[in-house]
Amino acid sequence: MVRVTFPQVLQRHVTCPPVDVEAATVREALDAAFAIHPTARGYLLDDAGALRQHVTLFVDGEVVRERRRLAQPVQPKSRIDVLQALSGG
Amino acid sequence: MPRQLLVATRKGLFVLTETPRGWRIGEPEFRGVPVSMAVFDPRDRSLYAALDHGHFGAKLHRRVGTRWRELPAPVYPQLAKGRVEKEGGGRPWPRSLRLVWSLELDPRTPGGLWCGTIPGGLFHSADAGASWTWNAGLWRDKNRTKWFGGGYDTPGIHSILVDPRDANVVTLGISCGGVHVTRDGGATWRNEARGMRAAYMPKDKARDPDVQDPHRLAMCGGAPDRVWCQHHNGIFVRDGSRPWREVRAKAVSRFGFACVAHPHDRDVAWFVPAEKDECRVPVDGRLVVLRTGDGGRSFTELRRGLPQRDAYDLVWRHALDVAADGSTLAMGSTSGRLWLGEGGGEQWHEFAANLPPIAAVRWVEAP
Repeated sequence: MVRVTFPQVLQRHVTCPPVDVEAATVREALDAAFAIHPTARGYLLDDAGALRQHVTLFVDGEVVRERRRLAQPVQPKSRIDVLQALSGG
Repeated sequence: MPRQLLVATRKGLFVLTETPRGWRIGEPEFRGVPVSMAVFDPRDRSLYAALDHGHFGAKLHRRVGTRWRELPAPVYPQLAKGRVEKEGGGRPWPRSLRLVWSLELDPRTPGGLWCGTIPGGLFHSADAGASWTWNAGLWRDKNRTKWFGGGYDTPGIHSILVDPRDANVVTLGISCGGVHVTRDGGATWRNEARGMRAAYMPKDKARDPDVQDPHRLAMCGGAPDRVWCQHHNGIFVRDGSRPWREVRAKAVSRFGFACVAHPHDRDVAWFVPAEKDECRVPVDGRLVVLRTGDGGRSFTELRRGLPQRDAYDLVWRHALDVAADGSTLAMGSTSGRLWLGEGGGEQWHEFAANLPPIAAVRWVEAP
């Protein structure tokens, strides 16, 4: 199972604890995770389904650089961390 | 029901309530989150709030009783893969909700709502926000690619005026894209910004309706043919479908963002002037409100109770409102100050001085 964890700052708006999903790519893993936490989808992806600009994904500690299709493969034991920038005043 | 005032700020939505001992401010809803717009629906006593989470996107919430629930946000339909649209300034125009900039009730159906957004799409809900339909007719405007972003990167709809005589007649203010009117409930639209003037454009384009930057539109409820506009390049007024007339009456400045119309008297409207155009601060550090009582032939400057030195308060386009009595005003500033104006603005009272920057103020009154 691929473990997907969500940013701490998101928990304030949407309850979304980590989930374990079956997936072969980052996109599949996120789709499966959003099936469990549907509200989180619109917080992390834009209307076109691309990652929001200030959201960053790590797969097993490495940044995901292809942010639109999210076709990068994942391994059965991979860990996907969703991270979020903060800014403003 | 006591009178209430919605105050949408950068750090939450304040719902102020009038009590026998004055106005009570209380803790904000959505503490810490920017709220771009709010509206109360007296038909089912629900309250809507539009949130701007920034990195997490724009969201909508609805409160019934004391319980807030998140609604689905409007979603833009996507272009075929690989296609990118550009706005009139040549910048990318992504089809993705950036901000809910205007929210108005549609009286044709219970729970009917219009939602104006950045980047320029209009959405409609017939079920109290449970679902949203994108208005394709407006988006298909053959001149839409001439619209462009003003203060934001892309165009946006900040004003939605529903004609109280016939709710199929709706007028939109678009920055920058003119004034669009439908007379068939949103199926077809026409840009009716003729008469406006854009000094920021090359001379031969200055009168083009598709490049106009109305900052805010306001309709007289009792005489809906009369519409006022605070435009980037001055104040304009219109009657029915005639071209806009520029108001050239003497004033400290005719640049600004906010404008409101009297609920019954077609000749009365208020504006908040600021130093044009790059500075956007009160002229000479003195905050004033302009009121015309004669259809724009002259302005009265209202200053009593407003700061008359060292003031840097800007009043954003949605941050001025007049109550149904036509004489009580509310005004909020970027400096987090909130005023109540009595006697049509003859006398102002500051009733909060340390709020977050204020995006919108709105009276809630029992119907």
